[in-house]
Amino acid sequence: MNEFFNMGGYAVYVWTAYGITAFLLMGLVFGTVLVLKNSEKKLKALEALSPRRRQRQKSSGGEDEKP
Amino acid sequence: MNLSTAPKGNFWHRLANPARFERLARWLTPWFLLGFLGFVSTGLYFGLYASPIDYQQKDTVRIMYVHVPAAWLAMMTYSTLAISGFVFLVWRHPLAEVAGLAAAPIGAVFTALALVTGAIWGQPTWGTWWVWDARLTSVLILFFLFIGYIALRNAFDDPSRAAKSTAILAIVGAVNLPIIKFSVEWWNTLHQPASVSRFDAPAIDPAMLRPLLLMACAYLCLFFFVLIFRMRLELVRRRITALQYAQAGVSDR
Repeated sequence: MNEFFNMGGYAVYVWTAYGITAFLLMGLVFGTVLVLKNSEKKLKALEALSPRRRQRQKSSGGEDEKP
Repeated sequence: MNLSTAPKGNFWHRLANPARFERLARWLTPWFLLGFLGFVSTGLYFGLYASPIDYQQKDTVRIMYVHVPAAWLAMMTYSTLAISGFVFLVWRHPLAEVAGLAAAPIGAVFTALALVTGAIWGQPTWGTWWVWDARLTSVLILFFLFIGYIALRNAFDDPSRAAKSTAILAIVGAVNLPIIKFSVEWWNTLHQPASVSRFDAPAIDPAMLRPLLLMACAYLCLFFFVLIFRMRLELVRRRITALQYAQAGVSDR
């Protein structure tokens, strides 16, 4: 087991490379999901303030969005 | 499935509808997550444990399994930007624009990963973290292209005007892709030439090719997983802007 973590003496390089990769990719995934959840919450709050829109969305199944 | 290809036939027209896209996106998400988990666990097992060391590089060769797929995906992501820019300019497909904007931050992360893991690999094998080698420099330019794309998008208040400028930037910047690919042949400095994507057979042992391809598949699944979330995010942001305009008494049309 120790031999595995030692990486033939190159432990610092190998594990740093893998660690930075894991850190950046997990940051990308969780950051994206977090921002999406926050934005969806904000959108819900805005939609609740705008009854006209909400009605139109109900009648057409929310398929009338256009940026 | 690549959402940034041409809006051909019925499928692409139907996908232009955000509600339909949302449904498809939600259905696809768990598959990409499952694919990622499967590929990354086998890829790490083979990459870190069940693969031989290189006779010259020893264990540092294992950095290849996180470095090379990052570089591949960085280039693929930039192609996504350029293709979606083209599709947007020619067919005005609304999702093309969204796909480009969603892909850019992912590309920036993959490019940063390629550069950083490359530096960490370069120190023990080349004896230096960084040189102004043609491959390294052109990948650094790729990173700035992603950052420039994001900055250009944020420089506009009006997303429809931003879309045209960013699409043009993405297409013009695509000239960097063949430069990256062939830099190792045109300027023979420090970075080694291609071992996998060559015209003849790959010059790499199958025992090392296996973890490399597994990790590349894992990165690809992760790319699509995050892309779907970011496309949904972009669509939500647009609806927020539209609603804010509507509530401020300004027409959003």
